Amino acid sequence: MRLETDTLVSHGVSTCAGCGLELAVRHILEVLGDNTVIVIPPGCAALFSGFGEETALRIPGIQGNLENSAAIAAGIRAGFEVQGREGITVLALAGDGATVDIGLQALSGVFERGDRVLYVCYDNEAYMNTGIQGSGSTPLGARTTTTPGGKDRPRKDMVAIAAAHRIPYVASASVGYIKDLRKKVKKAQEAAGPSYIHIHTPCPTGWFYDPARTIEVARLAVQTGVWPLYEIEDGRRRITVSVSRLRPVAEYLRLQGRFDHLDEGNIEEIQGQVTASYQSLLRECEQ
Amino acid sequence: MVKPTSEPPERPTTGSRRSRALLGPVATVFATVETGSWRTVRPEVDFSACSQCGVCRTHCPTAVLEIVEDQAECVVIAWENCKGCGICANVCPKGCITMVEEGNRDAH
Amino acid sequence: MPTRRVLDGNGAAAEALRLARVRVIAAYPVTPQSPIVERLSSYAADGTLKAKYMRVESEHTAMSCVIGAQLTGVRAGTATSSVGLALMHEVLGVTSGCRVPVVMPVVNRALVSPWSLWCDHQDSMAERDSGWLQFYVENAQEALDTVLMAYRIAEDSQVLTPAMVCLDGFFVSHSPQLVVVPDQEAVDEFLPEYVPANLYLNPKDRLFINGLVPPEDFSEMRYQQKLGFERALEIIPQVQRAFGQKFGRQYEMVETYRSEDADVVLVTLGSMSGTAKHVVNKLRVQDPRVGVVKLGVFRPFPVAELRKALKGKRVVGVLDRSAGLGADGGPLWLEVDSALSGTQTRVVGYVAGLGGRDITETTVGAVFEELLQIRDGARSRPAKPWIDTRDDAMELRKVGESE
Repeated sequence: MRLETDTLVSHGVSTCAGCGLELAVRHILEVLGDNTVIVIPPGCAALFSGFGEETALRIPGIQGNLENSAAIAAGIRAGFEVQGREGITVLALAGDGATVDIGLQALSGVFERGDRVLYVCYDNEAYMNTGIQGSGSTPLGARTTTTPGGKDRPRKDMVAIAAAHRIPYVASASVGYIKDLRKKVKKAQEAAGPSYIHIHTPCPTGWFYDPARTIEVARLAVQTGVWPLYEIEDGRRRITVSVSRLRPVAEYLRLQGRFDHLDEGNIEEIQGQVTASYQSLLRECEQ
Repeated sequence: MVKPTSEPPERPTTGSRRSRALLGPVATVFATVETGSWRTVRPEVDFSACSQCGVCRTHCPTAVLEIVEDQAECVVIAWENCKGCGICANVCPKGCITMVEEGNRDAH
Repeated sequence: MPTRRVLDGNGAAAEALRLARVRVIAAYPVTPQSPIVERLSSYAADGTLKAKYMRVESEHTAMSCVIGAQLTGVRAGTATSSVGLALMHEVLGVTSGCRVPVVMPVVNRALVSPWSLWCDHQDSMAERDSGWLQFYVENAQEALDTVLMAYRIAEDSQVLTPAMVCLDGFFVSHSPQLVVVPDQEAVDEFLPEYVPANLYLNPKDRLFINGLVPPEDFSEMRYQQKLGFERALEIIPQVQRAFGQKFGRQYEMVETYRSEDADVVLVTLGSMSGTAKHVVNKLRVQDPRVGVVKLGVFRPFPVAELRKALKGKRVVGVLDRSAGLGADGGPLWLEVDSALSGTQTRVVGYVAGLGGRDITETTVGAVFEELLQIRDGARSRPAKPWIDTRDDAMELRKVGESE
């Protein structure tokens, strides 16, 4: 079979088998189209940037430093703006480490200035490309190479941080809900200002599960309330994939080797936090 | 491994107008890694049970699945890039995809 | 017609960026550079300069924005000092490595610690390996002129190397002088509109910039930059000549002041040059054989021109305005000494003017006095290379005085 030769992403990329990020990238770029310039920092997404003279992308782009994707993107947008070149999407695609940790300052600056950048954070919940080190997005209890006993602090709520900047569009998304993801990418593209999407991209290599289950794991995260799917449009919160009754968090945790050291007490603690967060989100949506 | 030479490279010439060498780190070649060589299992589709819903295609990270409606072999896979991850088998609502041991490659 | 205005170094630098028609400015305030960005912000706001001003939240972001913007095909600008330049450090290598010909005024100020607001060359000296061209100016007029020339040099298709134009904090940045400001039309003729000559971001002509490079190609890519610096050595005098013809002010990479018949010469960088020239004028009443050689360019280091200017000199003093800790002498001395290796010239290094200390006539006078003594055999080496440092250094912060 001959693959489509006009796809924006090569079919042969050295991401892991079952990579959630790879799935996300294909759908994101399919929605955004080829009138897009991308900024990618070092990390798993850099596998799309390429190596040497080769790249896996059919759109122009630049690899920045780990912490300045948002800044470079903002500069690109400014350059196009002063030349009157409209209609180009300026996309930053960065991992959780590059976003919630080292990249937070630059991103916050972009939000505060209102620079029209579409920033997508793909969250595999650790610094995966460098070998599964913990990040500010690693969830409570997760084992990484720098949280060997399981992380003892909850993750940063980056969606809330983004929303606090009062930008036009913020959303959480998941590769377990592709239609929802694609709709959100379209909305983010059309936002009249900075937009932010935080995508859950399960990682079989770092989370220790059978690669075949990436979608299953992603869906369970949503169904247990660990990763609620919602959007914030001009300050109004709305759940986009409703879950009538949350499944027990243990069902999600059990699938992943990075949680296999947790005892009943740990799981209860996590369940308590997830339930409380979800209820709080529901209340905010009602207002 | 490039053998070190004792002389530095010659000073580059300006070259013709039509072709020129770009300076600095830049990728100009769209490339495909032969990721199909990675797999140890491959998806096998029971075409008679397939409803051509496209869920497998939507969730394949490498986008190597194609739904072809008017033929018996309604799911076509680009084997040169299928990593054998198993997501298609896992998400198929009909359960009509099975992951089987990667056989003798020469047979394909 | 050019206009004559009273401008300090900061004002002059800002005028130059305006005349160069910078379209995107991304800048962060830092003493003593802040007036540059304030002025540019005001020009962007009132339309004097058709530019977008990005009020960035750090210098690291400032340089990142500048790279992004310039890669879309416009001149993008920023300016900084001291810790701001240090914060940009990581990104400076991206600008130079990706061959983005940005021009940036750097107002020289000491690096921390200790904290200082004032003039010192350590900030730009710390970036001498950043792959950027480096110019040092003596006064506000030079600041304006050098920024304009720097654009033409940096953007040359075989140079394609970003440039820092360094001006002394407070001594130049805040010192009002009479400056001739060229008119826009003349500058447009000297400096045509920017057209990205190498790498750019354009959905209609796609490139992926700055991906990972294997060991098989890395050396060669660095070598491309080295060739860019070599080309700059050829191009700088050409641009300086063109500038002289157009605007009537002639600059040189290595400026000699009354040194042709001198056998003792002081090599200087920045505003200290003016003081040195003044001291030479006074000294020449008694001893006619003293002069000054001022380096206008530090990167690329103009070895051939310097050797020519210092040929046959018996003693050359070098006055460093940065500490050069851990080395045998300051960074300027190291390079001058290396450039003159194999000659009979004795190269003597001094350090002065750190952290805002004025390099006075007295200091320069004391340096020349020792250099003359060395020439005449009355002294073999400096009494104290850090010539303006007091002797009570170790007693500075005594506590708990004993009874």
